[in-house]
Amino acid sequence: MTEKKSRRRTFDLSRLTAVPYFVWMALFTIVPLALVVWYAFIDYPDTSFTISNFTGVVKYAKTFVKSINLSLISTVICLLIGFPMGFIMSRMSERGQRTMQLLIMLPMWMSFLLRTYAWMTLLENEGLINKFFSLFGIGPFTMINTRGAIVLGMVYNYLPFMILPLYSVMVKIDRSVIEAAQDLGADAFHVFSRVLLPLSVPGIVTGITMVFVPSVSTFIISRMLGGGSNLLIGDLIEQQFLGSVYNPGVGSAMSLLLMVMILLIMGIINHFDSDEMEGMLV
Amino acid sequence: MSNIIELKNITLSYDGDKILDNLSLSIENGQFVTFLGPSGCGKTTTLRIIGGFLTPDSGDVFFDGKRINDLPPHKRELNTVFQRYALFPHLNVFDNVAFGLKLQKVPKDEIKKRVLEMLETVDLKGYDKRKVDRLSGGQQQRVAIARALVNRPKVLLLDEPLGALDLKLRKDMQLELLNIQRKTGITFIYVTHDQEEALTMSDKVVVMKDGVIQQYGRPEDIYNEPKNAFVADFIGDSNIFDATMVKDYLVSFCGAEFVCEDAGFGENQPVDVVLRPEDIEIVRPDQAKVHGVVEGVVFKGVHYQMSVRCEGLEWIVHSTKSAAVGEEVGLSFGPNDIHIMNRLFKAFENTLTGEVTDEGKVTALGVEFDAPAVSALAVGSRVKVVLQPEDIEVVSLDLADKKVFIESQIYKGRWNELIVYLYEEESYLMLHTDLDQQVATDIGIKFHFENASVTPLEEMEGGKND
Repeated sequence: MTEKKSRRRTFDLSRLTAVPYFVWMALFTIVPLALVVWYAFIDYPDTSFTISNFTGVVKYAKTFVKSINLSLISTVICLLIGFPMGFIMSRMSERGQRTMQLLIMLPMWMSFLLRTYAWMTLLENEGLINKFFSLFGIGPFTMINTRGAIVLGMVYNYLPFMILPLYSVMVKIDRSVIEAAQDLGADAFHVFSRVLLPLSVPGIVTGITMVFVPSVSTFIISRMLGGGSNLLIGDLIEQQFLGSVYNPGVGSAMSLLLMVMILLIMGIINHFDSDEMEGMLV
Repeated sequence: MSNIIELKNITLSYDGDKILDNLSLSIENGQFVTFLGPSGCGKTTTLRIIGGFLTPDSGDVFFDGKRINDLPPHKRELNTVFQRYALFPHLNVFDNVAFGLKLQKVPKDEIKKRVLEMLETVDLKGYDKRKVDRLSGGQQQRVAIARALVNRPKVLLLDEPLGALDLKLRKDMQLELLNIQRKTGITFIYVTHDQEEALTMSDKVVVMKDGVIQQYGRPEDIYNEPKNAFVADFIGDSNIFDATMVKDYLVSFCGAEFVCEDAGFGENQPVDVVLRPEDIEIVRPDQAKVHGVVEGVVFKGVHYQMSVRCEGLEWIVHSTKSAAVGEEVGLSFGPNDIHIMNRLFKAFENTLTGEVTDEGKVTALGVEFDAPAVSALAVGSRVKVVLQPEDIEVVSLDLADKKVFIESQIYKGRWNELIVYLYEEESYLMLHTDLDQQVATDIGIKFHFENASVTPLEEMEGGKND
């Protein structure tokens, strides 16, 4: 009887421990989100209802398309690099796996800003790469302030978020399952398409989410590597709040639209992953 | 019958360890052949070589007369049932079984027909839409078997397929597998460490140890005529004793001489003798050459298992008649119940070569000891050191003279006979111990050279040879 009672009390107590998290969520996630929705539908600084903020976004449609385009390219490149990388890693010795994990995490110990600055100095017209080419009498190539530079920056910064979820799913694929496929007549291509790929889907979905979402909303990478002519949605939103145009209404509408688009795209991708979302816990 | 699989002089090393040592074997078409041995004996390695997952360092693998060394697994006309089933977790039962047929581009309705038929054969009718992780161990096992057999391979490889099942299920599955093999006529190559499983199911058994085939034959022959003490010890209960072959058809052990049916070992040769517990009959003490006192009786259902001490040797006897503890009994057996085998270690004692390193001191195996018997010899002379097995002691590694590798351990009725490998000298020693040791591990040993007999080496030349 007493045992039951005490167990019940600890259960109640353990529920209490979630309170700070709920308070935090309410204060810093739900309230700001509500504010964004509020600002998106008012005629700032007036508080009357309007949808003009959304019609105002239309003229930035091209930027939206470009942002999504570049992010998709980066995500695909990350997937193409990350898949074989994750597989090779998952078949390494335990020691090799630990070393590789460390190497992949290592750049993340440095500031995101610093890493992107480093790419600036490398890609500049007078930068290290062009200096190296000039030794052979070629160049200089224009690399900085191009879309390619933005994609490079995205791939470089977000590749670990593709490799790690893929690796953590693949490391759970037993070697004997691959051998069983070979044994049943599958050549390398069919081992990949019939076994490896379907079993990696949870990792692929997580990887795509974790690369695409930050890529599509980034503003630092595009600002530093893309120059003034290659603004992305992130840059536009930032300008609406911090720039000279100062229009929180349009900024909020953009944010809201971006969020809806991301949710839609993620919904489509998640649809492919009918399995339990094991790979999401990375 | 023709040979479906032939292995010729297969050698494989891994990290400097020889896993398979010059292994040759022929497997006849349509037979149920079992590889049996303790873990690490190379049986799974052999299976993986046949399956194509490992390439031997040297030697050839033939399949139906064709050399298939360089053929990748997916092109070999055989299928494998893996140790932990290795089912595809993303596919349901039907798609798991259909996997091979789909790759072969078999027409859809034929796939459906063959898969459903096969599921019926393995007693899984109606399970085709189930997810494989919702099945019990025994059901998963049967899916794995169906998945392999549906391709109608010429050879089915089974790597300890029943290892993860409980005893009752194991017994059922053993019979089921045997039925399937008889029905289909497919060659089964089966790997297990369970001797009973091997004896029950197989047409032929391959007993392996340390990458070498110890014996290859019918289960009856392996049980009744084990080739050496290892096989006898591994297959069934046995009494194994040190013995001396006095001459052809006469062997001496346990303080008496016995007529036997073996010959050709030479005169006064050290041998091992094996007697199966069920071949020994309990009689009145005056009716048998061997008699002793009953030390323990255990009822085993069908028979009593008794341990009888005669001349210091412990005999295990299985009999339907019981005797009381402390009772004096005679043990009777016929000449054909005595199995003579070559010893793994040829002699009863260790013969070493030492060197006089100081006045009255000899060094052997890197240990210096007092040897007053050869104090007259000059420094640098070589001497023969005979060390009895009981003068080598098993000790913890920090107190040891040498770290050695345990090659084999066999209970000889009085002690465990250990054969150990010396890493530096690349030679073997035999020793006796009362403790059970783990085979294929390292232990420390300490020499008691004070009990050894040391003689000048010259005397030995042209002299007797034991």
